[in-house]
Amino acid sequence: MDFICNFPFFSIMISMFSGIVSSVLGRKAAKWLNLISIWVIWFLSAVLLYYIFGTGEIIVYKMGHFPAPWGNEIRAGLLEAGLALFFCSIMLLSMTGGRKKLMGEVVEEKHNLYYILVDLMLASLLALIYTNDLFTAYVFVEINTISACGLIMIRQNGRTIEAAVRYMIMSLLGSGLLLMGICMLYDITGHLLMSNIRDAVSSIYSAGTYPVPLTVTIILLTCGLAMKSALFPFHTWVADAYGYSTVSSAAILSSLVSKGYIILLIKIIYRVIGFEVYRASHIIDVVFVFGLAGMIMGSLSAIRENDIRRMIAYSSVAQIGYIYMGIGLGTRYAMIASIFHILSHAATKSMLFIGAIGLTDVSKGSRHFAELTGSGYRHRIAGITFAVGSLSMVGIPLFSGFISKLLFAQAAVLNTRKMLPALIVLAISTILNAIYFMKTVIRIYTPTEEEGETITMKQEKVYALTCICFIGLNIFIGMCSQPIVDWIGAGIDMFA
Amino acid sequence: MKKLTNKLLDWLNAEDQSVFDDAMELKMQEPKEEKEETVQQRMRDRLHIKDEVYSEGESKEVKVLRIIYRILAIILCGFIAYNLLIAVSWLPRTGEFDKPVNNEVSARYIEKGLQETGAVNIVTGMILDYRAFDTFGESNVLNIATITVLILLRRNKKKLPNEIEEKENDRLLEPKNDVILQKAATFLVPAIFLFGIYVILNGHLSPGGGFSGGAIIGAGLILYVSAFGFEKTEKFFTEKTQKVISLSALLFYCLAKSYSFFTGANELESHIPLGKAGAILSSGLILPLNICVGLVVAVTMYTFYCMFRKGEF
Amino acid sequence: MGPNLWANFGEAVSMILFCIGFANLLLHKNLIKKIIGLNIMDSSIYLFLALKGYINGHTVPIVVDGVQSVDAYINPIPSGLVLTGIVVSVSVTALMLSLTIRLYRRYQTLDLDEISKRLKKEGL
Repeated sequence: MDFICNFPFFSIMISMFSGIVSSVLGRKAAKWLNLISIWVIWFLSAVLLYYIFGTGEIIVYKMGHFPAPWGNEIRAGLLEAGLALFFCSIMLLSMTGGRKKLMGEVVEEKHNLYYILVDLMLASLLALIYTNDLFTAYVFVEINTISACGLIMIRQNGRTIEAAVRYMIMSLLGSGLLLMGICMLYDITGHLLMSNIRDAVSSIYSAGTYPVPLTVTIILLTCGLAMKSALFPFHTWVADAYGYSTVSSAAILSSLVSKGYIILLIKIIYRVIGFEVYRASHIIDVVFVFGLAGMIMGSLSAIRENDIRRMIAYSSVAQIGYIYMGIGLGTRYAMIASIFHILSHAATKSMLFIGAIGLTDVSKGSRHFAELTGSGYRHRIAGITFAVGSLSMVGIPLFSGFISKLLFAQAAVLNTRKMLPALIVLAISTILNAIYFMKTVIRIYTPTEEEGETITMKQEKVYALTCICFIGLNIFIGMCSQPIVDWIGAGIDMFA
Repeated sequence: MKKLTNKLLDWLNAEDQSVFDDAMELKMQEPKEEKEETVQQRMRDRLHIKDEVYSEGESKEVKVLRIIYRILAIILCGFIAYNLLIAVSWLPRTGEFDKPVNNEVSARYIEKGLQETGAVNIVTGMILDYRAFDTFGESNVLNIATITVLILLRRNKKKLPNEIEEKENDRLLEPKNDVILQKAATFLVPAIFLFGIYVILNGHLSPGGGFSGGAIIGAGLILYVSAFGFEKTEKFFTEKTQKVISLSALLFYCLAKSYSFFTGANELESHIPLGKAGAILSSGLILPLNICVGLVVAVTMYTFYCMFRKGEF
Repeated sequence: MGPNLWANFGEAVSMILFCIGFANLLLHKNLIKKIIGLNIMDSSIYLFLALKGYINGHTVPIVVDGVQSVDAYINPIPSGLVLTGIVVSVSVTALMLSLTIRLYRRYQTLDLDEISKRLKKEGL
């Protein structure tokens, strides 16, 4: 076994280690440790991705001295390594972009605790991506939930704590259902390892032994993860949680945490239940309908909103709806579109949050649209970032959002039964997106006589650099879509 | 039509929205020259209006809606219960040997667990050796829960203690010199500590282990602090103690398990002797790991208690 | 209904408990009661899981007198999983309670809807 095969394990352990050590470090040391560990993991994932591209083989890594059904196991294919790389990049950019705001919004002696939360969050995301064991996934889902709650309420005002309570209630309900699903699945298959469960499930399915428990299990797993990732009827906590927490948290939560659960769901669909079995159950239609509803309702709520951060938060409800719609279409191509949208949305949403914070900074700290007039001129780089993000969300060519919408439309056409509703809702949702995003862009570029403070690029070099990286990433995803789609396709094939 | 255009304009101008909220308009008025009194009157009115709007009120609609919500909630729960019961009725029969759960996985744990892990208690051997990654995640759950509780409830040290906080200060309220409690605690606390240490050290030999033993020790600490007050505990348990203990325990756990994962995956030989089964010093890493877990759990329990009670150690 | 409802009455009880917890969550406004509801749900799942490992007439999985036969002991896996689950539930409960303490200190009420109303009024 090559030494590179250790890299998934190293990346999980490094972030865990830095999370543990940070508790005794000071603010600066914790910050540097966090930064260095993310960079190291980024580098490890990049090497790993390159290596897997070269060999074309899945890395199966046993955690301990005992082989898989007895011990734990992690598993890295193309998709896993690439997602780890991507998540690290987004995490890095979100942290650097919101660093200045963090200083003002969080009590200084609690900064190192914030970095612990971020480290453990990254560890849990990596573990969710790499794990090949359903119960390990549950444990890390819980770590992810608790650290997400910590990220929400680290900036302590009434709103965030109330949002954290709502978030916790919803997501504990979700993890309860998830655990129940795992228990039932364990009962009918006798395994916790994903590969073995899938073999057992396919034999159960063809023999027709436990049809009812199998269906209920699929419902429980899907429902639990949908609740945790804020699919439409379960999205009530989103606006407050994303809208009022400190900006790095908002970016990380909206672009990574909910995506982590969706990745887990996709892994469950492919590696636990089996794609054919999942498609044959009618749960997929329910997922499709809720995805469609989310696309419309999220955008409607966003239109009503008068507060820029809350508007972005509601927009992410709509985007989660897109992803579930893709899963609900139930074809391989639609799944590729969904995963592409996960990437594109994660890149765009964190960018919007980071851009919005620059705009509110030059508008006396107010997030209301009325105050934001002309802020694009006062803080140029933030204005450009926000505009690029909005254009990408609306689906203008050149940016990443366009490609994901295109992929969704193509996938919808391939599915004759669900084509019509999918296309109609896609069109409506795009128009709604355009309405509220363009309104914002027009507003921030409306000249105004009022003199506000201006911030130039030289004053905030790190922030400007982050923004440029975000824009570059977005255009990269938009321009090099074909290799990315090929990579996702190859990754999905490796799931099998 | 004109109304609609006005509304659209309002929305574009981001006026306080009366468009979609069917609530009343709460627009700021143009700054006119006003007397102080009228301004105050208006502010009072606005507050009052908000109270009216958001107060629950005894209106019939709200009540009816609430009843409907309750009925729907109960129906939903009943529906879920019914479906889950159907699922349960199709599951394999409980208590019988011949079902999917009892397969080669559990068979190996039972048949070879003693030789492979050195632990007489098969469950301990399973969670700390076979499936150690899960348990490592679990200790991190405890760690991160402590951190979130610290974020929420730890007092700011730099803030000067003002009078209100002094009044709230727990130390004034806590019962002092409660003879019955103190006498009972003098007997009980050492016994509880001993029992907890016994449970931790024998985790691989008998029922128990780090989690249960740690919880017992944590309970002992809480009893001690309830009887004798924080002045006594401050002498040996401060914030620093908490940090050092959880850091060293988790760090040891992390490094030891990393070593064992690394050697296991790369087919290297791990130089950890398993020892003679049944002895206290046996079963390789399980005993030290149990001690680590026990320390983390005990410290976490005590930290929770202190934070809930007064926000500092 | 399937054939095994009576044989699985323990699981049936745990499912009913789960729904009682869920109803608690939905019907009560008081945060503490909601947390109790969540705890009931968690416990019911652990009951369910623990029953999965039970085998009639077998004993706890601690090797006695060198007997290492599958016919002697119950399945150890669910016990280990329950242990993990309990720890998670303890942590989560502590977190929820501390959130509640903070909310109560600020708003002097445990009613989540009331708190939301206050927040709207503050217009933060």
